[in-house]
Amino acid sequence: MNARTLPYLLILPVTLFLCVFFIYPFVLVAQLAFTQGDGFTLANFREVVGYWKFPISLKNTLLLAAIVVPIQLALSLAMATMVSKMEKGRDLVLYVWTIPLGISDLAAGIIWLAIFEQSGFLNSMMSGMGLIDKPISLLTYEHPWVIFIAIALAEIWRATAIMLVILVAGMGLIPKEYYEAAEVFGASPWKRFLKITLPMLRPSLQTALVLRVILAFEVFAVVIALGGSLFPVLMAETYAYQFDLLNSGAAAAIALIILAISIGFTLIILRLLRVPKGATI
Amino acid sequence: MNLQNVLLGATAAVALTTGAAQAEVLFWSTQAKPIEETQAMRDQVLSGFDAGADYQANDSGPFLTRLNAELQAGDGTIGVLGDLHGGFAAMDAANLADLSGLDLGGVTVNPTFLELGKLGTDQQHYLPWMQASYIMAANKKALEFLPEGADIDALTYDQLIAWSAAVEEATGDKKFGFPAGPDGLKHRFFQGYLYPSYTDGVVRTFKSDAAVGAWEAFRALWSHTNTGSTNFSFMQEQLLSEDVWIAFDHTSRLAGAFNERPDDFVAFPAPAGPTGRGFMPVVAGLAIPVTAPDMAEAEALVAYMMKPETQIATLRATNFFPVVDVALPDDLPPSVRAAGDAIAKMSGAADANPGLLPAGLGDKGGDFNRVYVDSFERIILGGQDIRAVLDDQAKVLDAIMQETGAVCWAPDAPSEGACPVE
Repeated sequence: MNARTLPYLLILPVTLFLCVFFIYPFVLVAQLAFTQGDGFTLANFREVVGYWKFPISLKNTLLLAAIVVPIQLALSLAMATMVSKMEKGRDLVLYVWTIPLGISDLAAGIIWLAIFEQSGFLNSMMSGMGLIDKPISLLTYEHPWVIFIAIALAEIWRATAIMLVILVAGMGLIPKEYYEAAEVFGASPWKRFLKITLPMLRPSLQTALVLRVILAFEVFAVVIALGGSLFPVLMAETYAYQFDLLNSGAAAAIALIILAISIGFTLIILRLLRVPKGATI
Repeated sequence: MNLQNVLLGATAAVALTTGAAQAEVLFWSTQAKPIEETQAMRDQVLSGFDAGADYQANDSGPFLTRLNAELQAGDGTIGVLGDLHGGFAAMDAANLADLSGLDLGGVTVNPTFLELGKLGTDQQHYLPWMQASYIMAANKKALEFLPEGADIDALTYDQLIAWSAAVEEATGDKKFGFPAGPDGLKHRFFQGYLYPSYTDGVVRTFKSDAAVGAWEAFRALWSHTNTGSTNFSFMQEQLLSEDVWIAFDHTSRLAGAFNERPDDFVAFPAPAGPTGRGFMPVVAGLAIPVTAPDMAEAEALVAYMMKPETQIATLRATNFFPVVDVALPDDLPPSVRAAGDAIAKMSGAADANPGLLPAGLGDKGGDFNRVYVDSFERIILGGQDIRAVLDDQAKVLDAIMQETGAVCWAPDAPSEGACPVE
């Protein structure tokens, strides 16, 4: 086998798979979004952007990502540091922490719904402790911020592990010598974290953040379970256009808008966390 | 066994299973979705069909996705379709086979519903299958708080508001329940109950002064409504948990409460407003897609479903009432007796003002519903000004009517062309 062609041959199956199941459908979706009847049009985009709920769902989606992702970043960094310092039982802890990853997001939403419902665990606990006389409904249109907190909590609980896994792998790649040298010079643990771990972790941070941010813009099932239509997000609008209104063009348009936002943020993250040329581990 | 044998065996197994599946008629439906109802459809209703039927209930999204894929491919496995009138109205009628020549063996079908099944053409694109409506239900504990002089079988909206207020005052809880959840049927309440009762119309009167009055009344009712209502989709659950004492919902979504604790609940007609007692009959239909694999078998299944005894079995399984002339037996479940009674009182009331299901909207049925749901979200949940919201939503409604050219339906006065928003 020619050493030159071998790599191309090896990635051929994946490339074909992506072309058939990603690029081709993507082209179809783009076609749907830009046509109405016959011929090119922006009418679908005008329709979805002009709908009174669009600014609200855009704001909600961005706000949720802006709150959830930084918290998850901090949490997963802390958890990854703890795990990598562990001598015994490291695998067990990692498995336990990644259990939420194995649960579908709808199931995660339902778990948190069971907590926050009027007859849910939180209410029973509070009335058991004598804090309230009778169960109160928490997830109502009257307290939108409770719905927001519930969704944020469910998202943090569910998807922190995906960042954790990537960061743990990244930390394992950092050579011990740097830490030993820093210790010789008397650097505090906090300083070692700031000056060694964080900079050396850049490639993993990049991957973790890109993945997590894209997922954050696609948030759907958790929101539906906890907030229903009280907390509109972009993905729920897509679903409504496709299945309630049977308007595939508008659904495709809003999907492309989500894609554009995701690409935009991916580029920003790649740029901010870029690894300078030649500075590899 | 070598690889070739394994492959041969596997192919044979696949061929066998698909062969077995093809003998049955695939009954593709959006109705009787709760698992108990699906099972009842299979065990009690379809087991008597000799050729065998495979009953599959779906959400309307997946329902349409598969149907449309088969229609586009021009080759299908679905034999019979079961859906609501609104679902069929949204389809291209040319994809539904003409059933007018079907021999039903002397069964008399409700003529109003038969007419609906023509979808505005001169062919019978679907046959009515079963019917239901929306009614009120209350816990008997709430009855002592009924306002003085109020007759539960002839309530007005003002009395309902006063009643809910009295219950709240006595218990400290908002005990009126309304299915405003994501899957709740709230839009039907506005289209078939609130608007006909207050404005004697649905489209023409959408932004009339009477409509402002309707929304003001609903806002007053909402102030005594359980604040969790935006999560409620099947009011039987909240009636049983007693989070709610008085509720409005579809008969089949209240049935669970009556069947589980028949002595604790009463069913009664929807209230009346200034322009009568608005109520909406619901009809589901049976159709055969033009891509059906075996037309004769599919037609036999449709004819079987229309038989009086099958209609009674369907009633037991789904709580949807027959659409053919048939005497109801005495041993029906409590929910059926309660709901049947309430529907009879409602449709037989002197001030009855039926609001029909939207017709002629094609695939804009969802957009039409959204106009009413959005008005609700903005006026009631968002607290926006009623007049401003109605003027704004009326533009959307008018655009839908103009685009589809749908003519007015009752209780709106008939129109020449597209039904105007006045």
